Amino acid sequence: MFGRLTWDAIPFNQPIPLITSLVVILALGGVALWITKIKAWPYLWHEYITSTDHKRLGIMYIALALLMLVRGFADAIMMRAQQSLAIGASQGYLPPEHYNQIFSAHGTIMIFFVAMPFVIGFMNFVVPLQLGVRDVAFPTMNNVSFWLTASGALLVNLSLFLGEFARTGWLAFPPLSEKAFSPGVGVDYYLVALQISGVGTVLTAVNFVTTILKTRAPGMSYLRMPVFCWTSLASCLIMLAAFPVLTVALAELMLDRYLGFHFFTNDGGGNSMLYMNLIWVWGHPEVYILVLPAFGIYSEVAATFSGKPLFGYRSMVFATMVICIVSYCVWLHHFFTMGAGGDINAVFGIASMVIGIPTGVKIYNWLFTMYGGRVRFNVPMYYLIGFMLTFVGGGLTGVLLAIPPVDFIVHNSLFLVAHFHHVIIGGVVFALMAGYTYWFPKAFGFTLDERLGKIVFWCWFIGFHLAFMPLYVLGFWGATRRMQHISDPSWAPWLNVAFVGAAIIGLGIVLTVVQLLYSIKTRDQRRDITGDPWDGRTLEWLTLSPPPHYNFAVLPDVHGEEAYWTRKQTAIKQDQLIDEPDYQPIEMPLSTPVGVICAFFATVCGFAIIWYIWWLAILGLIGAFAVFVWYAWRDEHEHIIPVEEVRANARERRRIRMEHLHELSQST
Amino acid sequence: MNSTECFERFERLERGLIHAAVLVCLPLVASGCARGILDPVGPVAAAEKTILINSTAIMLAIIVPTMIATVAVAWWFRRGNRKADYRPDWEYSGAIELVVWAIPALTVMLLGGITWIGSHDLEPSKPLVSKIAPLKVDVVSLDWKWLFIYPDQGVATVNQLVVPAGTPVSFRLTSATVWNVFWVPQMGTMIYAMPRMTTRLNLQADRQGSFDGLSAHFSGDGFPGMQFKVQSMPADQFAMWAQGARGSGLKLDGAGYAELEKPSSYVKPMTYGSVAPNLFDAIVANKVPPNPVPLPLHNPPAPPAGA
Repeated sequence: MFGRLTWDAIPFNQPIPLITSLVVILALGGVALWITKIKAWPYLWHEYITSTDHKRLGIMYIALALLMLVRGFADAIMMRAQQSLAIGASQGYLPPEHYNQIFSAHGTIMIFFVAMPFVIGFMNFVVPLQLGVRDVAFPTMNNVSFWLTASGALLVNLSLFLGEFARTGWLAFPPLSEKAFSPGVGVDYYLVALQISGVGTVLTAVNFVTTILKTRAPGMSYLRMPVFCWTSLASCLIMLAAFPVLTVALAELMLDRYLGFHFFTNDGGGNSMLYMNLIWVWGHPEVYILVLPAFGIYSEVAATFSGKPLFGYRSMVFATMVICIVSYCVWLHHFFTMGAGGDINAVFGIASMVIGIPTGVKIYNWLFTMYGGRVRFNVPMYYLIGFMLTFVGGGLTGVLLAIPPVDFIVHNSLFLVAHFHHVIIGGVVFALMAGYTYWFPKAFGFTLDERLGKIVFWCWFIGFHLAFMPLYVLGFWGATRRMQHISDPSWAPWLNVAFVGAAIIGLGIVLTVVQLLYSIKTRDQRRDITGDPWDGRTLEWLTLSPPPHYNFAVLPDVHGEEAYWTRKQTAIKQDQLIDEPDYQPIEMPLSTPVGVICAFFATVCGFAIIWYIWWLAILGLIGAFAVFVWYAWRDEHEHIIPVEEVRANARERRRIRMEHLHELSQST
Repeated sequence: MNSTECFERFERLERGLIHAAVLVCLPLVASGCARGILDPVGPVAAAEKTILINSTAIMLAIIVPTMIATVAVAWWFRRGNRKADYRPDWEYSGAIELVVWAIPALTVMLLGGITWIGSHDLEPSKPLVSKIAPLKVDVVSLDWKWLFIYPDQGVATVNQLVVPAGTPVSFRLTSATVWNVFWVPQMGTMIYAMPRMTTRLNLQADRQGSFDGLSAHFSGDGFPGMQFKVQSMPADQFAMWAQGARGSGLKLDGAGYAELEKPSSYVKPMTYGSVAPNLFDAIVANKVPPNPVPLPLHNPPAPPAGA
């Protein structure tokens, strides 16, 4: 009846997961009760859960990412603690079967459920606004994508309460991840969760490629799109090409595990090298999926806070597209130590370095964007400069890893671990924190507290360096990764420094929450009345903060590369806005529960597959399919916002903007 | 907070940070110089260390000025500095574009040359140039220990690799279970040991002594105990060791191998006085049935006290 699921699945004899589970359940229950008490369920249901509004979905993606960041960080600090404790005769507090789950979960969660939703959250929130349109191309599908991602996150976290997570590392290399070596449910949790969230990611890519290619405001030609839109496009193109490969790799591993196939097994003609190729054909482009939108955020921040257009815009666009293409030609650099010959190693090593060229160009272009500017040191600018100082170091170690003879002595060591945290924290996380601060007022109508924001920055900046510079040294000493126990006591001081660094990052995460709560409490002091708190240059700053559901009363006419800046300067010069346009009623998509219901059935189906409850799996599959059939038979899918409402809102908006422009023209 | 205050704070923090970095890093870096891959004991490791240091130096020559320029430009063009020239529409310069594309491109061309030459010179499967005939060693990774077979000497060891100093060692590697990486940091190049596949590696230890070796690819619950020692000794002493080991003690026949391949970790070094013929090839061909019994949950292999 319940397949492999028995009472043994609950970790009664392991206090750490058991207590964590209880705390999480109590916390979730408490939040649910609180929402019930303030009667916010209908609001949440209509305005968020079933919303097809790209801005709301963006906010939900980022909320999911922040929540998962806490989980992923908890894993990180437990690993650091174990490595500081389990030295020499001591075994620490985590036995291997628990420690191995933790590092696997840390990697999986941080990449798939923190970095990805954070980046996709910004794409959702920002891209349609920057393009000057009302929503993405397929709003309902957007909602489905989000809920499928959340479904994957839920399953990964469920493994804490029921059963176990993979003990194979975050890429689940066979043959270790095959049934013969990992018979438990851990790898199945991993596979099923990633398959479900992977569908969401591919749908997102389809949605945003279509949106960017097909729906832009009048006059917004390709070479007038803000760089963030370009980098989002490049990122989504990579997603579109890379994620299906991941799906295939994981599907083949599932066939091996569930139906006794022999894709990657040691016997029956299986070849584990095939999995290595497939997973890295996805895995290496994945880092560019994350870092390109991060570069886009830095470009927006650099231009805005320097009070200047981005230096070398076309060069930036070109560099972005070069990275997009070359990112497919480098995956073999993960195999330098698998016995390939000199020619292959050299070609893929050089191809990997070539990516450093456009990346280097970007660094210089941000530098020259600041040159001749009036640089304002707001929080996003701290992250930009922190990034430029940190990322060049990560680039250096990356190029070292791309040189095969150097890779031969640092591959898989803590040097590698330090390198990819160097570029992911220094490159991606800093950008996400910058973007969070930068676009927060657009989403909620008030800015975040600057002082706390700067403290959070210093926590990340100092914490990162303390946590990962020691790992470079240990890498040189011959320390490999994923060690549950350390034999050499002389490593202890470095590991302890790394622990302190991780704790400082933890403080930064706590202070991010404090900053959010404090900013909400004191929001009246920092209201964004004008919709343009940073003196912005792109179209999202043209509309209200927060923007109305339909974003723009009329789609803006774009002249020049910096759509809003040009318009703002003209208005300041002439001391008047453009003539009032002819307002029309606006058609907007209805909100729909189809995403959340579909994801519910997908979760049920996934859970049932993990535990071999076949009747439930079939039920879940039918349920998920039935939702779409039901949705296809809908009678209405849009609602009309009457012209009176549009006109009234727009006139109010024009009045505020006019006042603001007066102020600006008087101050200059 | 007004802008001046903000800049002062920025400057103060920046200065404090630099001081802290210098104080913390210098002694640590000094103490960490001559270990692991930075203390090579043979030609391969020495060549790789040279490439590591040269490439780092080349890149630092570009990166350090860039970092300084970043801070300097951001600071000089701060909004509060009225001496700085504000050029709100300056967004393109062909000359600068040329330079910023040229700097990383030239760096990569230089490093690309190093890469091309280094990749070929240090190809792991390439025999080392030496007047002395290489010692052959077949390496098998097991759950979770290393088996070293000396086909010419007819002996085998577990978790202990005995080599003659100054003699090239020619390895063939495979795995009896899952993926692992054979790595002796002080000897240089690491290489994967993979089931049903054979990889080749050539290393040499010129210095005598005992060096740490390990698996550098996660392979399951007993992974951290998968360490071994390399004993590098004079050639005549090695010959005596092989002579003494042959025929004595344990036998690595079918029964001996079946016993050895049972999962275990933190295994003490062992020596086998005889080895079943073609054992390595049989393992590669999967003719020796693998015995993949993962450890039962909640019964992890423990490091021995004082390990």
